[in-house]
Amino acid sequence: MSQPSLETHHLTKRFGRFTALSDLNLQIEGTKCVGFLGPNGAGKTTTLKLLSDMIYPTVGECFLNGISVQNDRKRALADAGVLIETPEIYPSLTPVEALEMVADLRGVPPAERAGRIETVLGEVKMGEWADQKVGRFSKGMKQRINIAAALVHDPTVVVLDEPSTGLDPRGMAEVRSIVRELKKSQRLIFMSSHILSEVVDVCDEVALIDKGKLLFYDTLENVTARFSDGHASVDVGFARPIGSEVVSQRIVGLPGVSAVDQLDPRRLRIRFTGGLDGQEHLLQALAGLHLGVVSVASSESALEEIYMSQISRGD
Amino acid sequence: MATADAPTVPAAPHLAVPGSYEQVTKLARYQLREYLRSLRFIVLLGIVAIIGAIITTIVGYYHTTAAAGLVSNTLAFYGSLWGGGVNAVVVLSAVFFGGDAIAGEFQNKTGYFLMGLPVRRTTVYLGKYIAAFLASCAMLALFLAILVGNGAAYFGVRLFPWQLGASVLLALVYLGSVLGATFLFSSLFKTSLYGFVLTLIMFLFGFSVLQGLIVGLVNIEPWMVISYASTTMQSVFASPVNWGLTASVGHTMINGLSVGPRVYTAGVAEGVVIMVGYLLVTALAGLGLFEREEFA
Repeated sequence: MSQPSLETHHLTKRFGRFTALSDLNLQIEGTKCVGFLGPNGAGKTTTLKLLSDMIYPTVGECFLNGISVQNDRKRALADAGVLIETPEIYPSLTPVEALEMVADLRGVPPAERAGRIETVLGEVKMGEWADQKVGRFSKGMKQRINIAAALVHDPTVVVLDEPSTGLDPRGMAEVRSIVRELKKSQRLIFMSSHILSEVVDVCDEVALIDKGKLLFYDTLENVTARFSDGHASVDVGFARPIGSEVVSQRIVGLPGVSAVDQLDPRRLRIRFTGGLDGQEHLLQALAGLHLGVVSVASSESALEEIYMSQISRGD
Repeated sequence: MATADAPTVPAAPHLAVPGSYEQVTKLARYQLREYLRSLRFIVLLGIVAIIGAIITTIVGYYHTTAAAGLVSNTLAFYGSLWGGGVNAVVVLSAVFFGGDAIAGEFQNKTGYFLMGLPVRRTTVYLGKYIAAFLASCAMLALFLAILVGNGAAYFGVRLFPWQLGASVLLALVYLGSVLGATFLFSSLFKTSLYGFVLTLIMFLFGFSVLQGLIVGLVNIEPWMVISYASTTMQSVFASPVNWGLTASVGHTMINGLSVGPRVYTAGVAEGVVIMVGYLLVTALAGLGLFEREEFA
């Protein structure tokens, strides 16, 4: 019998009079990436620390793979990879030694250890630093090792707290690439972030939290459909520059299109109605115009609008 | 309950996480490696070596005059130099390796690395304790080696009194209890410096002052003070040895008159009981604090 990979029951955390998290009920099943969104101080890290037993709930309980974190942290965390904030690794260790320690304590068989370590170091692009002391690394490099440490045992649940924090733009892109790769394996990724583009880029579902309360949890498509008055947006890239007359005469009039913004000469943000069906028809119609469509991506602006409206509603 | 539909994943962990006892030894091994590579280990090694060098120089220079009594027999030699110096080595080692053992996990955020692993907090605490104990043993071993080298020069390589072995064993028990208290102090704070300072103050002055006050003001045996038990490391060189569970009581005599408070010397068994008692109480208290402390 299977159970939710990640579950919280009435999870509440108070620090003195301050309520950091209030009655959070989440049930996440399956293999996917869930973005845990919210502004600074919303309760994201508090939730993730409760999930990893770094802090204790005032009320409620949470479960990983059906095992209570509060009652049996060892079994609950056995098949989970956790990265909370930016942990420091003992400075005299090399990445290989740090990962050996993690693998050893997690019970990765000795015969598999070296291979697993090499693989995850390659995934986080730290292979060439494998034998250098961690104490000399930058924050970004340490974060990559931390990500590798969360993955070295090939967990089915991965909990990441703003994993791209402290990384340069290239590092952030690489973290997204790592998360996308992780999605190919059979695992749940629960990732907090306040970077909307990151969530849109890698996540299948999104949970929004503010002031310790869960505002919604659903798929990106459903969230967009639910909170945007039936409107959604896509960013469309073209092989050639698109003139304003083409936009006004040929694109604005397509079925379902409600607005078109020119992001740059080769990129348009098209707002449309009709949900997924509407999107399908729009893309078919665009292809039929032979304008040289080369890319289509869900617009982060839709999520941004929802995010801002939901957060400000709570103010 | 917020949910979203999707297929479920198998729940059973695919790895057999080692048992807690096994994890303690693994953690101790990695932590010990961290200690052995650290600057603090080299610094303390240097301090103990300097102490040894000073002892060697002074005894060597004055052994025919002022220090003649020291080299008159092995009991006087080891009783004075080992029995008199080992307390400082134990306290310094405990401060260096235990002062920030727990507080440092919070302040340096290394605890965030460990706490994401499937290990119990007790396992982390014990692993760090054992590592600190072993690193401290290295310091005791160096100090002992220096004194034994000196002793061999004066008395020959075969003349080592059994009392030295007994005192070394007592030093190990004392080290265990001092580290227990150090870990407790370290668990009280999330800032390493506070752990260091409190440990240093308590073991260099605090307990001695407390012991003096108890004897001086109340005139009772200070069995509740850990530094009192440490005197057994030296008193075991006395003849006859008080192996018992009760203290020897003496008086400070001037011109045949007893003056001042009584002088208590713990029996060896009594000293061991005090040390083990301290170890158990402080370990339980420190562990309890660490279990409750949040990585907030």
